[in-house]
This record gives sequence, structure tokens and C-alpha cells, in this order.
Amino acid sequence: MEKPIFSQRLKAFTANNVVTIMFVVLSLLGYLVSGMNPFLFLLDIVNRVSRNAFLVLSLIIPVTAGMGLNFSIVLGAMAAQAVMIFVTHWGVTGLPGILLCMVLVTPLSAILGYLTGRLFNKTKGQEMIAGLILGFFAQGVYELFFLQLVGGVIPMNNPALVMSSGVGIRTTVDLSRGLKYGLDQPGAGWNMPNLLRPTLPWTAAAVAVLGLAGYLIYCRKKGARLSKSKLALLITGSVILLSWSIYQIQSGSMINSIRIPLLTWFVILGLCLFISFFFQTKLGQDMRTVGQDREVAAVAGIQVDKIRIIAIIMSMIMASWGHIIFLQNIGTFSTYGSHEQVGLYSVAAILVGGATVDRAGIGHALLGVLLFHTLFIVSPAAGRRLFGDAQVGEYFRVFVAYGVIGVTLALHAWKRLLQAKNKRETRETAGEAEE
Amino acid sequence: MLRKALANFLRDFGPARLIIFAFFLFLCIAAVLLRLDLAELLTSSLVRIGMWGVLILSMLPAIVAGIGPNFGVSLGILCGLLGGLISLEAAYRLEGTFTFSGGDLFFAAVLFSLPFAVLAGMGYGWLLNRVKGSEMMIATYVGFSMVSIMKLAWLFLPFTNPEMAWPIGRGVRVQVSLANRGIAHILNNFLSFKIGEVVIPTGLLLFFAICSFLMWLFMRSKTGIAMRAAGDNPRFATAAGINVNRSRIIGTTLSTVLGAVGILVYAQSYGFIQLYEGPMFMPFVAVAAILIGGASVKKATIAHVIIGAVLFLGIQVVAVPVANAFTSDWASMGEISRKIIQNGVILYALTQTGSGE
Repeated sequence: MEKPIFSQRLKAFTANNVVTIMFVVLSLLGYLVSGMNPFLFLLDIVNRVSRNAFLVLSLIIPVTAGMGLNFSIVLGAMAAQAVMIFVTHWGVTGLPGILLCMVLVTPLSAILGYLTGRLFNKTKGQEMIAGLILGFFAQGVYELFFLQLVGGVIPMNNPALVMSSGVGIRTTVDLSRGLKYGLDQPGAGWNMPNLLRPTLPWTAAAVAVLGLAGYLIYCRKKGARLSKSKLALLITGSVILLSWSIYQIQSGSMINSIRIPLLTWFVILGLCLFISFFFQTKLGQDMRTVGQDREVAAVAGIQVDKIRIIAIIMSMIMASWGHIIFLQNIGTFSTYGSHEQVGLYSVAAILVGGATVDRAGIGHALLGVLLFHTLFIVSPAAGRRLFGDAQVGEYFRVFVAYGVIGVTLALHAWKRLLQAKNKRETRETAGEAEE
Repeated sequence: MLRKALANFLRDFGPARLIIFAFFLFLCIAAVLLRLDLAELLTSSLVRIGMWGVLILSMLPAIVAGIGPNFGVSLGILCGLLGGLISLEAAYRLEGTFTFSGGDLFFAAVLFSLPFAVLAGMGYGWLLNRVKGSEMMIATYVGFSMVSIMKLAWLFLPFTNPEMAWPIGRGVRVQVSLANRGIAHILNNFLSFKIGEVVIPTGLLLFFAICSFLMWLFMRSKTGIAMRAAGDNPRFATAAGINVNRSRIIGTTLSTVLGAVGILVYAQSYGFIQLYEGPMFMPFVAVAAILIGGASVKKATIAHVIIGAVLFLGIQVVAVPVANAFTSDWASMGEISRKIIQNGVILYALTQTGSGE
């Protein structure tokens, strides 16, 4: 087969990645217009990427299992908040507190995931809307529990957490003397605030050197040959990154005070490795088959419904862990509101990274978090610069989140409809030919 | 005969609806036992039913045409809000030359919103024809996107009426009062009378009744019957020479127009036009109401609209004062019960659609 010429490949690439390309352009324009200080921008983006990446990664498995974008991760977030309220009440702090939260939330979100999976098996084809509505429903149950029952039916004597009337959890829970930065600053409890917290330029330098070396060794081991152009691109990228970090370290700029929460990054890296490993196992392969075609999978002897439930349980546990990471970084949460936007922003982020309803990978998730949050940071500043009103930028970024989901879903549904039509037509013409 | 009808009725009613109906009965009995002010409860129930009636009715043509409950009726709501603002702006600009009564302005608002609603509905119907099978999800996100882009529009539209604009800064207020121009309660107060202590908002209920009657007539017209056939069984309808896509566009457009009219009815009763976040979650209330009334995502009648309005809104009115007797934080209890019932019913209806295969 002839290799398609460059212009064709470019065209296909653009068509497949139109959302991502649009976002790269939009983010760059927003950054230029906003006139933001690079230090503030980097500080914010490092924070946002570290706290959101895990949540976004939790969406990958259900997509692969053919269940679409899992809007029900909101339930996982609620479970995380419930556990964090109790751990805060018990007074366990720092890294041990975070670990306790993760241990306790796992069975809770597994149960929620099981129930959600059961529901999704009854609403096949409509999982996404069911997940969305389930989130609203669970919100009601959650409020019933924490507004009406805790303090009354379920005793809790803690004036810092319970409202002055004695019933119901306060609207905001402050983690600053407890779980805050439990994972981001693991050494804080032992008087080592900078344990596992290298500065950004040093981390960048290490990534440039170790990343390149590691990748080359990996390729050699696998026996895969790198094309010359790709190799040149990789080396140039590493050199640029390395020289940037050396320049920053030399100049002693403010950027040297930005610190990377290395432990959080290791946890995220661990999840990435787990996901890619998981899809090579028998279970992971089965999940892929179910995602491609349920009927074929059933004929092949795969228990489709069971696999789908497992996918949701895994996603739910990951989401609850992700939300714990998210909240320990923010350090305070709104008891009845912090979980609401988790589904929206995570789904929007993975779509921005180039995922669709039936295809999502680690690359999509990480790129999406980076791009989506870049836009999130720059748009209020850009709005203020352009219209003298930061509100404009804030409304705009919320619109973008909803819009990106709407557009991707519509494009996907349209494409599927056209494919079904084509299939039917070819079958009909084939049938006519036989007659 | 009666017994058989009753058995049929119970089967169609379904367990979810039965629970809700029992809950409603329980609330009513509790209200009587707690010696709550029944006249006041009845009055506010009637107002609520009239307020939401047209919005709930807007679900009907969408379901009948086969696109399912219209989760994107916020599109119509936005058109209605726009019409309302234009009407207020016109009253302000023409001040001195003309004086308009509240009624004039209300109908002007309806009139102004119609072209927007028809155009938006047609575009929206065209879109929904391209995403058959995923209408509900896409409708929801079309609604969310439109509400959020209109937030930007409310900031930039060139309205000059000082009743609408913030005194400083940019854009229209979050809530625009309708009382100054006499639009507030214009329908509620029309021919209203008292039976004992109960106030009957005649105009409001009459308006809902007229809309329902027109819808009933439309369902019996040639277009209406074709639409029902297209929704029931698209393949069969196509074979019978019905243009299914056209029928779906008509259904969507009608739903959008009713959404626009419905929000104006709602706003005049509420006394304010609510912008920005206001319309975001309204569609879910309307969807839940018609489902509680006995509709499914594929079948609906006028009776479902009315029963749903009475049951769902009745519960909302009665639940708060009853909860008041049991818990200190009663305001949130009303909201919590609404969330659980509303979304529980939608979930139940989704599980009843079969597995989508």
C-alpha cells in the first residue's frame, strides 16, 4: 500500500483532532491576550494538573468498556467527601489521614459502583444520561444524610464540623489543620516541609534527561525502531526543556520557588501504569471486546453485564481517590457543592484531550487536563483585558466546558448514525445483487 | 368491568408512581392531622400547577414525536426570557408616546419570543434528527450550553431600560422585576375569586386549560396524527408515506414554543424574570412531572401532564410545612425531597425504556 502523502495525512489528523487543535489555539490566544505573568501561570497550572489528573484518568476504563463518559463519578466524589468528613472528625491528619481516607473510601465506592453498574445494565445505550441524573439523585440522598441525619439520628459532637443547631454538617469543611496537603507535602508532619518536593526547573531537567534516556532504552528493549524525524524531535524537545530549566536555575527567578508535589505525581504515574497494564490482562482484553461489540462478546462467552459492572466499580474507586487528591490540594471544600462539577470538568477535560465517547487513552486524559486548565486559568484574565470584566471570562469557560461535551456527543452520535446507515445500505445492495 | 379497569390502571401506574402517589396521600393526611392551613396549601398548589403547567405541557409534543422528554426545553425558556426582556425594553423606549397595560406587555412578550422559539426549535429539531438514539443526552447538553452562552448574551445585549440593567457594571440583572410594569400576576389575578379562604387563580388556570385544549386539538389534526405515528413506529410511518424527520422537527419546534410561552407564564406568576443560572435545571422539573403523571419516554397524553402537575407540584407545596413539624431545617427538606423524587422518577423511566437494543 502506498503511504498517503503529507497533505492527506495532515487533513486526516486535523479532522480527527479538531477539538484538541481548537483548544490549543484558544489556550494560546487566551494566554497571549491575558498578559499573565509566566510565574503565576506555571504555579497555577502545576497545581491544577496535579490535583485533577487522577480524576480525569478515572474516566478511561468505562469508555473502553463501551459505556461512554462516566458522569456517575460524582458519586465517587461524594463518597470521598463523606469519608473525609469522618476522618477530619476523628482528627487523623497528614499522610496517614489521606491513606486512611483511601482505605475507607474503597469499599464504599465499590458498593456505589456496583449499584451504578446494575443501573447502567438496565439502561444500556443511555448510560450517560442515566449517570448524569443518578448524580442529581445521589445529591439528594447525600444531602438527606449530611443535612438531616448527622448530628441528629447519627450523633456527631464536633462544633467545628456540625452546624450551631446541632444537626447537619456545616456548608464548608476546613481541612487546613488536618488533611490539607497530606499527599502534596508528605513531610509536613515530621517537620520536613520540602520532602519529595523538588522545584519545577529541577524536575523539568530531570524529566528531560531521564525521560529521553528511559524512552530510548524502552524502545531498544522492545526492538521498536524510531524514525529519524521522531528521534530528532524528541532530542530537540529534551534539549529545549533542559536549557530552559538550566536558564531558570541560573537566573534564580521566582519560578524556582514553584515546587512539584512528587508523591502525587508518583501516584498519578502509578495509575497510568496500572491502566496500561490492566488492558493487557485477560479482564482488560475482555473489556475491550465488550466495548467494541456486546453481541460478539456475549457469543464469545464473555459475561457482558459482569464486565460492565467491574468497569464502573473500578472507575468509581479511582474517582473517589482522585477526589481525595483534589480536595487535599485545595484544603477546604463545600460540603454540598464541591462534588457537583467533578463530572462536568473531568469529562470536558478528557474530551478536550481528543477522547471520544468510544475511545479514550492516558494521553488524552493528560493532554486534556493541561489544555482545559490552561484555558481555565487564562480566561478570566483575558476577559478582564478584553472587556474590562473578569465575569465574561468565567462565563466563557463554563460555556466551553458544556459546549465541548455537547459538540463531541453530537458529532459522535451523528457519525454513528451515518455508519449504521452505510452498513444498512451496503447490506441492502448486497442483498439485491444476490437476488 | 370496573375491577378490570382498575387492574389495568394499576398496572399502567407502575410501582414508582404508586409510591409517589402514596407519599402524596401520606403528606395530605399529615397536613390534615397537623392542622396546617389547608386553604393556604390549596391556594399555593393551584398557583404552582398553573405556573408550571405550560412548561410541563411542552414535554408532550416532544415525547409524542419520538424524541423523548425534551431535556433541552431550556432553549425555549431562553427564547421566552428574551421575549420578555424585549417587551420590557419596548415599553421603556416608547414611554411617553404609548402606554401599555400589563396584559399588553405580557402578550407582546409572548409575541416577541415566538420567532426566536420557532427558529431555535427548527434548528434544534434538525440537530436532533442527526443524533437519533442519543437525543436525551444531547438535548441536555444543548440546553446546558445554550444557558451558559446566554449568560454571556445577558451581559452584552444592548438593553437600556434601567429596571433591567445593573446600576453599575455591565449587563442585565439576575432577576428583573415585572411588578413595575404591571405584568406580575397579570394572569393570576385575571377573574380570580375566592371560595372560602381558597383563592382561585382563574386566569392562570384558564391559560393552561386553553393551551392544553389547543394541544389536544392539534393531536387530533392530520399533522398531529402523523406525528404520533412517526413517534410510535418510525419505520411503519415511513412506509405509510409520513415524513418522519419533518414530524420530529414539528414536535421539537412546538415543544420549544411551549417552553417559551411557559416560562413567561411562570415569570408573571413569580413576579420576576430569572436570568443566568435560572433556566439551567428547569427542564428536569418538567420532565419529572410528566413522567410522574404516567408518561414514559415514548408515550404521553394530556392527562399525564395534568396528573403529573397536580402530583409533583402538590408534593412540593405540602412537603415543606409537613417537614417543618419534624425537623428544624425544613427549608432544605423540601428541596431534598424534590431532588430525590424528581431524579428518582427520571431514573425509573430510563430503566423502563428497555435496554435500548
